[in-house]
Amino acid sequence: MTTLDTVKHAESTPDLEQPWAELGLKDDEYARIREILGRRPTDAELAMYSVMWSEHCSYKSSKVHWHYWKENTTEEMRAKMLAGIGENAGVVDIGDGWAVTFKVESHNHPSYVEPYQGAATGVGGIVRDIIAMGARPLAVLDPLRFGAADHPDTKRVLPGVVAGIGGYGNCLGLPNIGGEVVFDDTYQGNPLVNAMCIGAMRSEDLHLAHATGVGNKVMLFGARTGLDGIGGVSVLASETFSGDESGTGRKKLPSVQVGDPFTEKVLIECSLELFREGIVVGIQDLGGAGLSCATSELASAGDGGMRVELDQVPLRAEGMTPAEILSSESQERMCAVVKPEDVEAFLRVCRKWDVIATEIGEVTDGDNLVITWHGETVVDVPPRTVAHEGPEYHRPFARPTEQDVLQSATPDLLPRPSTPDELRETILTMIASPNLASREWVTQQYDRYVRGGTVLSQPCDSGMIRIDEETGRGVAAATDCNGRFVKLDPYTGTQLALAEAYRNVATGGATPLAVTNCLNFGSPEDPGVMWQFEQAVKGLAEGCRELGIPVTGGNVSFYNQTGDTAILPTPVVGVLGVIDDVRRRIPTGIGNEAGESLLLLGETRDEFGGSEWAHVVHGHLGGTPPQVDLAREKLLADILVAGSRDGMISAAHDLSEGGLAQTIVEMALIGQTGARLVLDPDMDPFVQLFSESAGRVLVAVPRSEELRFTELCGARGLPWRKTGVVVPESDALEIQDVATLPLEELRTAWEGTLPALFD
Amino acid sequence: MTAKVGVITFPGTLDDVDAARAVTYADIEAVSLWHGDADLKGVDAVVVPGGFSYGDYLRAGAIARFAPVMGSVIDAARNGMPVLGICNGFQILCEAGLLPGALVRNHKLHFVCRDQWLRVENTSTAWTTRYEPSAEILIPVKNGEGAYMADEPTLDALEGDDRVVFRYVGSNPNGSRRDIAGITDPTGRIVGLMPHPEHAIDALTGPSDDGLGMFLSALDALQGAPA
Amino acid sequence: MAKVVVDVMPKPEILDPQGQAVARALPRLGFDGVADVRQGKHFELEVDDSVDDATLAKIAEGFLSNPVIEDFVVRRVSE
Repeated sequence: MTTLDTVKHAESTPDLEQPWAELGLKDDEYARIREILGRRPTDAELAMYSVMWSEHCSYKSSKVHWHYWKENTTEEMRAKMLAGIGENAGVVDIGDGWAVTFKVESHNHPSYVEPYQGAATGVGGIVRDIIAMGARPLAVLDPLRFGAADHPDTKRVLPGVVAGIGGYGNCLGLPNIGGEVVFDDTYQGNPLVNAMCIGAMRSEDLHLAHATGVGNKVMLFGARTGLDGIGGVSVLASETFSGDESGTGRKKLPSVQVGDPFTEKVLIECSLELFREGIVVGIQDLGGAGLSCATSELASAGDGGMRVELDQVPLRAEGMTPAEILSSESQERMCAVVKPEDVEAFLRVCRKWDVIATEIGEVTDGDNLVITWHGETVVDVPPRTVAHEGPEYHRPFARPTEQDVLQSATPDLLPRPSTPDELRETILTMIASPNLASREWVTQQYDRYVRGGTVLSQPCDSGMIRIDEETGRGVAAATDCNGRFVKLDPYTGTQLALAEAYRNVATGGATPLAVTNCLNFGSPEDPGVMWQFEQAVKGLAEGCRELGIPVTGGNVSFYNQTGDTAILPTPVVGVLGVIDDVRRRIPTGIGNEAGESLLLLGETRDEFGGSEWAHVVHGHLGGTPPQVDLAREKLLADILVAGSRDGMISAAHDLSEGGLAQTIVEMALIGQTGARLVLDPDMDPFVQLFSESAGRVLVAVPRSEELRFTELCGARGLPWRKTGVVVPESDALEIQDVATLPLEELRTAWEGTLPALFD
Repeated sequence: MTAKVGVITFPGTLDDVDAARAVTYADIEAVSLWHGDADLKGVDAVVVPGGFSYGDYLRAGAIARFAPVMGSVIDAARNGMPVLGICNGFQILCEAGLLPGALVRNHKLHFVCRDQWLRVENTSTAWTTRYEPSAEILIPVKNGEGAYMADEPTLDALEGDDRVVFRYVGSNPNGSRRDIAGITDPTGRIVGLMPHPEHAIDALTGPSDDGLGMFLSALDALQGAPA
Repeated sequence: MAKVVVDVMPKPEILDPQGQAVARALPRLGFDGVADVRQGKHFELEVDDSVDDATLAKIAEGFLSNPVIEDFVVRRVSE
């Protein structure tokens, strides 16, 4: 039987050796904890600090670069935000009294270990972040990255991840409206499973994670607390700190958490009813770091101290220690601060939904977070030192010398297809390649219809949902990142990710409004990776300033690497947009109107650095990514939004990976309608079909609107070129002087790839 | 007097909002019914909507079937009240014994969400009179356990009595026996189907508005019936 | 030929939402006194005599169960 390590015991045994290194703390961090407390920490305190000061919770390697956000957020940009960086999720005002909150988070490593549960609990976590803002979660999107499509481990990871996302999200009743599926060798062993959630509320219903009001009660509600995900902290429970296998301590606890979407669904409805009844002062979800995080963050953001009786926490496992209870990552739990007179009402609502709710403590007028166990004090800490004043590293960063080698290996000398036959074959090869093939195998495992407000979803450029049934006001969202572009030039590559997500939102007819991100990188201990990271943050922050839309929050995932090989730097950028009336959304498929012209907006250059063509056909990565011109992106977006508002555009699709060929094939297949393209005789057809120049969208315009629309483009200075026409009676895509491709042949190529790999 | 249709919410029900909206689109008053409350609040018909009632952990619909509200629904249904079970609601009606057979896991073992063509095989039920005989309609299907299964004599009886109401056209999404998408009880008042008509009431948010006909049919049935 | 039974159960410390759902429903249905329910999977395999215990363990651990979250028991059942 281990003695309970109380504060008293810690004071009387100052020299007791503690397993701080096993818990991931550095010697100076441990010394700082002792300095803060003026004594050694108790086991429970050590557990709290070690988990809250981890890279994942404290952002200790990344926050030194956060000044870029601050410097690049103007007053005008800030004015759109109701809550920004530092809250559970960013919140923006979308008009008509509606506030929308959105955030992306990573669940990368857990999804590699146990794909189904890792991905499922990733969805669960991000959804609770949204509830913790007081909002109803309305939709999810999942940006995913996997190793090579034909690698045997991808066959294990991808189907599990997809089933997990579907299994959890479908059961919550949240439509899945977008995301990405990207394959690259560097993600082998390091898949990226990012999850984004969007929620909405009336502006006045915004709830923040603050524990205010002395005497207010701290309520824990949702699932019971078990030994889930306590990983490293289990060393504290063993008799010897080395984690003796023969001891009575816990051994080899699974670091995997199992999700229960049903409990989460009930928790959502229960929380929303609590908000409606106005009986919640502050709320916080329990995610990574569980109660350690929730109690210290609530107390830290409040105006006093907090006392918590850990004995009150409903447990699922026997013999749990205070350190284990504080560190448990059991899912589907929330923590609320409630006025004493509302406790009965709070419990009544929880009973209605069959949700376990327990009063575990109260807000005090002290300064400290005090946690007791069977009447003895096991934690007595200033909460800010746990939650907000963790270590900050100034890790060295430097542009790696091999960057020059990479950039000088341009794709210019790669053999290019030139004859009509070669171009035809290249089109068929490209549309069937794993990164360009239809995602239907994945997306048909997700419910996109539930709640009845989905207006656009995959395979459209962005997802769009209706928020207000009366006015038709809605929001759109897209996530994007081409890791190859970021690898070639992290600053430009990240701006290209921003530009694409921004463009994708506008392509549906919505006005881009705000940005979130999930920055997935290799080890921050590698100065080259840290340089990529610094450049990415700088590029994103400066790009957002140029576009005039704020970054409202984000997430960082480091250590995505195997040995010395890091993943492609993958700063996934999520853009949220607003549309006054979703009935004006622009669909992706052609054939919606009789008689449409196809206009290519933007400029096409010979740009193949980091392109899908170089990757698929030559396995080549080198050179520089396409140019980025954010002023042009802004103009393009303005024109698309104006075109949607005035009913001048009947379909639109962005040009990105795979270029014009990919875009027109998808527009034809989605619309089940043929088309004829006429390429520019003065430009290499290969460049026109496959270049990945940024800032381009292919739009279908009804003939009756063509003149009005092209005059608008001309007046605003947006280059455009009439590239073809929609041919409703045709069942083929004809590219004049190149090839005639029957839609059935295209469909077979485009749709066959993923089922062949994963069925 | 306006017709009133109850829409049940169990813990884990997801499509109650959509079902209520569909009912409202058909000019019927939607009344929400709570799983734990046996009171049917004077409704004229009931929709048991889709979702994962109680998590569907034991078997889809197995726990919901015992909820207090279902006791009242079963009694009312036996006395002729029109009942529509959609997806999880269909599973619940089968578990409750109001409809024969069961729904089992999809043949490919995946959840499938896609737009699906159906043929309306019986246009005389309380929920299908607005359709032309053999009309083909486009409705979303979305389920993990949607394959309709019954023994051969039951299937033969269903076919013989004209009780197959909807059949999948084109490829069968889940391995359902005889491509069955929906069936009715012998009275034609109780209908269950796996696809989701409530997601096809407006071409803006669904693949078509073909699903609205089911709710308009109910309106006709209720207005034709004595109050 | 021999009959082999493999029972796969969620590890004790792992949350079992399915068992919990049944446990919560029982009192509602009027069955009191059931403190906990855990739900697992039961497999019956017909195997040749040539299949040894080590192979059966491999089948159970590597395929029938997910060792990250589940335990298994293999039993040879005499007819």
